[in-house]
Amino acid sequence: MPQITYVLPDGREETVDVPVGQSVMDGSVRNNLPGIVAECGGGCSCATCHVFVDDAAVGLFDEPMTEEADLVEFLEGACDRSRLSCQLIVSEACAGVRVVVPATNG
Amino acid sequence: MNHTAQRVVVVGAGTAGGTFAGLLRQAGYDGDVVMLGAEPDPPYHRPPLSKKFADPAADASRWLREAAFYDEQRITLALTESAVDLDPVARVVRTDRGRELRYDVVVLATGARPRPLIAPGAHLDAVLTVRTLSDANRLRDEVAAGRTMAVVGGGFVGLEVAAVARSRGLPVTVVEREERLLARVASPPLARVLAEHHGRRGTVVRTGVEVVAVEGARGRAQRLLLSDNTHVAADVVVVGVGAQPCDELGRRAGLVCAAGGGVVVDDAARTSMDGVLAIGDVTVRPRLGGDPMRMESIPSATEQAKQAVATICGAPPPAPEVPWFWSDQFDLKLKIAGILAPPYDTALRGDPRAGSFALLHHRDGTPVAIETANANADFMAGRRLLASGHLVDAERWADPAVPLRELAFA
Repeated sequence: MPQITYVLPDGREETVDVPVGQSVMDGSVRNNLPGIVAECGGGCSCATCHVFVDDAAVGLFDEPMTEEADLVEFLEGACDRSRLSCQLIVSEACAGVRVVVPATNG
Repeated sequence: MNHTAQRVVVVGAGTAGGTFAGLLRQAGYDGDVVMLGAEPDPPYHRPPLSKKFADPAADASRWLREAAFYDEQRITLALTESAVDLDPVARVVRTDRGRELRYDVVVLATGARPRPLIAPGAHLDAVLTVRTLSDANRLRDEVAAGRTMAVVGGGFVGLEVAAVARSRGLPVTVVEREERLLARVASPPLARVLAEHHGRRGTVVRTGVEVVAVEGARGRAQRLLLSDNTHVAADVVVVGVGAQPCDELGRRAGLVCAAGGGVVVDDAARTSMDGVLAIGDVTVRPRLGGDPMRMESIPSATEQAKQAVATICGAPPPAPEVPWFWSDQFDLKLKIAGILAPPYDTALRGDPRAGSFALLHHRDGTPVAIETANANADFMAGRRLLASGHLVDAERWADPAVPLRELAFA
């Protein structure tokens, strides 16, 4: 099962197993990691699961849909590595991916 | 209150309670956490109950947290067990199982219950409300049976149910006693667009009429009698006329409550009594830019859950947030932020007929609320404007040639 590393808002790093087909958000919520709030449960509605994806990993996930891109653009601290983690579906190729969780997720 | 609390009892296992318990562990709280839930189910996501109840695929993402979560986080989940008595001096909660739970901090997260329809025949079978998972399951079965539906109350929940039922091909009539839909919670232009949107899809929208009686046969609803002496056929009636806070426990314990219902809290989730916090739909809470009020929304419950965690852990409360919520009506994803209170002027951006638009409501250029449909960027931009309080130029907002970034980051 791919392991994903979350760099938490306080700088700590947590590495957890995330089953293929689940989202980076799911992995965080299931392990009760701080920083990803996920109010809408993964519906690309609330924008409270913002993460920064490492440059090397950007291509491992599907391109953002307009719905996601429009939310992300106006988030605090957004940059070109910003994604909503509910839209980042984990595949085998994602093993070892690192995401940074900002402290601004609502 | 301080971080040395040894046992936190959470009364209520809804969104507010479930979110709070998870955040408390995230913050490093190490003592006992006991959560009492009246229903047989662990905390679940409530929005799908009215938005996706007919969709079996929604089942998979139903739970707020997976079953293993509560054990892993050492949260004792006591389901089908309700608090019946709270003694804030002895710091004891008594339950309907006859248990006495001593606590250092108790968090009331008892939520709200649907306001009942007051009319003869309201007790008939197939007169339903939508609040719990079992309500939604019942509704799913009724819709699968292809009933003729009447929705009493043109608020967001009632309209969501109407949209789902209509999408499944049921004949649907919405009955609203005010002169327009969403009279208390949305602007007239948004209400107009929604009424047209529902109407074009075949929903009959009746405003300015009241339900006089539910008429039925063999114990089951068959039709509504309205105040203009007309009838509406309906063998399933969904009542969505608002909710009332479940504040009885707090009230009996002597907590300060609002006249209209609701436990009064501050911006650190504290009630009038030491050691008693309250979060979510049961509270009357302070808010940015207006009088205290009850706010039935997930963002509000999450914000208060964070406040309660901060209070217990001895941290300062988080910065206040702009209130917001979302609703789905057919293919329209609505997002609304701020609180509408007249007087205000409105600037429209986008085109309601094209299915994507944003209404910015302002008072002399100061933003007070934003209502959007299928316009995420506009919503986010509007929320930024509300948070900053920056003046807006209504003409620039209405001009699609002006980039949103220029408006939001002015």
